[in-house]
Amino acid sequence: MPRRIALGIRGVGHRVIDSVWRLGRASRFFMLTLLKSGISLRRFHLIIREIYFTGVLSLIIIVVSGLFVGMVLGLQGYETLQKYGSESAVGTLVALSLVRELGPVVAALLFASRAGSAITAEIGLMKATEQLAAMEMMAVDPIARVVAPRFWAGVISMPFLAAMFSAVGIFGGYLVTVVLIGVDEGSFWSQMQNAVDFRYDIVNGVIKTCVFGVAVTAIAVFEGYDAPPTAEGVSGATTRTVVTSSLAILGLDFVLTAFMFRGMS
Amino acid sequence: MTSETLVEINDLNFSYDKRAILKGINMTMPRGKVIAIMGGSGCGKTTLLRLIGGAVAPSSGYVKIAGQVVHELGRDELFQIRRKMSMLFQFGALFTDLSVFDNVAFQMREHTNLPESVIRDLVLMKLHAVGLRGAHKLMPAELSGGMARRVALARSIALDPLLIMYDEPFTGLDPISLSVIGNLIRRLTDALGMTSIVVTHDVQESLKIVDYVYFISDGVIAAHGTPAEVRGSVAPFVHQFVHGEEDGPVPFHYPAETYASDLRLGSSLA
Repeated sequence: MPRRIALGIRGVGHRVIDSVWRLGRASRFFMLTLLKSGISLRRFHLIIREIYFTGVLSLIIIVVSGLFVGMVLGLQGYETLQKYGSESAVGTLVALSLVRELGPVVAALLFASRAGSAITAEIGLMKATEQLAAMEMMAVDPIARVVAPRFWAGVISMPFLAAMFSAVGIFGGYLVTVVLIGVDEGSFWSQMQNAVDFRYDIVNGVIKTCVFGVAVTAIAVFEGYDAPPTAEGVSGATTRTVVTSSLAILGLDFVLTAFMFRGMS
Repeated sequence: MTSETLVEINDLNFSYDKRAILKGINMTMPRGKVIAIMGGSGCGKTTLLRLIGGAVAPSSGYVKIAGQVVHELGRDELFQIRRKMSMLFQFGALFTDLSVFDNVAFQMREHTNLPESVIRDLVLMKLHAVGLRGAHKLMPAELSGGMARRVALARSIALDPLLIMYDEPFTGLDPISLSVIGNLIRRLTDALGMTSIVVTHDVQESLKIVDYVYFISDGVIAAHGTPAEVRGSVAPFVHQFVHGEEDGPVPFHYPAETYASDLRLGSSLA
């Protein structure tokens, strides 16, 4: 029995040490990606190509999800607010929920599952099929040529996708509350304009999306590059990207929200 | 080392996780020759290529290419020397997101400032050399195994390297593709005056095209010689390998307990 306990403690110790090692490797990899970004920033067409794959091709899921989330917010908001006779404030509720929280967070979660997993799988498969090794042998640094363009494409795409999510969401809320239910259009928009502050709501929302963009794509490229070069390795890495990114998004969202909105009336 | 020597390997040792993979390897590879490195699976052949390419560092000894010790080079110097060498991976390792044309043009675009019109002509010339000029618009997924290997060969000669390393170039090919790749290796080596190192266990095909053969077994050079010497060799390992005999110095059975004890015959008889 004591031997089992010792083995258990040893196992936990190994896992902790492995995790710390991996965190160190990930940090080092992140710094290398930043340092080797020069080529992709000079040859911007490399980033534009990746923006198409990570950003443009994610638009459908972002737009459709944004529309439904906005419509549900409109319905739920109207249902509650009408009890207090303030259904005209539904525009404010939809806009603030989307711009401050749901836009950045849900768009980032969708981005992690749609684009993050694709980035990990692509880089992981390139490693498994020796494409990265071939690039190294051709004196081309894979971090500069493969990783950095994908990283910057994700970082650039994320704020635009979140903005699109929020915009379409607000339109969804408008459709349900104004067009279908018949809330007054003038008060819907004017209350929204009065309540949404550019500095505190829009800018903070954009800051969140940028942080989420960096987190999701950094995790995705690292998991792909670090994946064992086997089918199981790549599938495990893809799963880890989605799980780790989602947890990182939610954790970071709490921290950022605590800094951004504490003490505000 | 003579002035004609391109690759010199001296007392090379390499261990992985305290397990010795290569033990005291010495080789000399002259310019303009095709050298084969043969041995069973897992004998350290591919590791040797990785050591020559500087992907891993030896435990002791050295690999010299054109007079430079590979593992002592910094990353920038290593990348400089890698521009003079090339490697053909076992399954081609073509970039799957690029067309055949863009695969062959990849190094030219990365390492030179040639105008696109010149790159186009060069790429078509390289593809013509491997007989696939007409396939330049195809994507790697549309190629057969043999075609992919030929495109990879065209890509590896894109910048006219001094040295090409081939990692199992004949694996998984039909007899026609196998013969085509073999002849291409020989013809391109002669035409471009480069050195080719072919890691393979395909004895018959390689003996047709190579100038010199090294046999590696259990991390050491078991035998070496010209194809004629190899064919006539009576050394047990070479004989077993060349004639594909099931048992010999390389045993058929993986080391194990005695058959009787594994089947528990001893205990039931006792």
